[in-house]
Amino acid sequence: MPLTTRRALMLAPLGVAVAGGAGFYAMLRGLGSGSYDPRGVPSALVGKPAPAFTLPALPGAPAPAFGDADLRNLPGPVLVNFWASWCVPCIVEHPQLMRLSREGVPILGINYKDKAADAAQFLTRHGNPFQRLGQDEPGRVAIDWGVYGVPETYLLDRAGIIRWRWPGPVTPEVLDQDIRPLLKRHA
Amino acid sequence: MRRLLLALLLGAPLLATAHAVGLPSELLADPAQEQRARAIGRELRCLVCQNQSIEDSEADLARDLRRIVRERVAAGENDAQVIDYVHARYGDFVLLRPPLNAATLLLWGMPVLALGGGLLAILLLRRRGAPPPPPPLSAEEQARLAALEEQAPR
Repeated sequence: MPLTTRRALMLAPLGVAVAGGAGFYAMLRGLGSGSYDPRGVPSALVGKPAPAFTLPALPGAPAPAFGDADLRNLPGPVLVNFWASWCVPCIVEHPQLMRLSREGVPILGINYKDKAADAAQFLTRHGNPFQRLGQDEPGRVAIDWGVYGVPETYLLDRAGIIRWRWPGPVTPEVLDQDIRPLLKRHA
Repeated sequence: MRRLLLALLLGAPLLATAHAVGLPSELLADPAQEQRARAIGRELRCLVCQNQSIEDSEADLARDLRRIVRERVAAGENDAQVIDYVHARYGDFVLLRPPLNAATLLLWGMPVLALGGGLLAILLLRRRGAPPPPPPLSAEEQARLAALEEQAPR
């Protein structure tokens, strides 16, 4: 065997180890910053319009119902938020939603597998950030959106195309690092 | 007696069915359709527990998906149509048998790569294993060998 091929073969495992190390380092950094979640399910709907649906209004809630027809030809980007009164991370993200709604960002809420009275009480207690509010008691519309747990937040552009999905609570970091730049980009 | 009890206790989980589908109201009336629905459900990952199929999981979402699978089977859809319905909503992640595409090429190619790598290593080692025959003895060495043989006791 020529000396150069031999040397190349000897370096090959080292190359594999270096590539592997770089990969694992990137994964660890992503885990630390929250950009990589090994248990996260990527959304199959990003780049597509909202699925067809119509939801009833939440009885006793201070916002009208909506359907997919209300998510086309929008004046600007909107957020669609799946939440429930029994969901603890929803309480964590609520101040961020309130902040966005005070700034004039339209947030449309879908109340997932909840009792109407509990949901209304949640909004009385923590405030209502939702311009519109649909009730998805059976959770079927959530499945059409590919929701696998609450809370989940979707960002739609003016054409009604889903541009971004966040599974989990909207923390102040998610608000500043993801939502604000996206709202600016799709404004 | 105690031994018998222990054996029964240890054996009990084996007798229990591995299915989370327990409620008779969840099952389809037609056994053939129920069999098909189970086979489809075993191909679909529960998005909540992630290492169980929707047939094995107790999660709420898995129960909803089981119901959807059974509704669509009962409506006369074929297996591919039912799986496509769930796949369109949850993406490749929901399939316990990932499809072959650019992102999964390494995954599916790994057995071939590992086997090929092993074969290559064996070939290289075998080639190295047979060293070239030594050069014939020089005239000087032959003379020395002859002298040694002379001296050797018979």
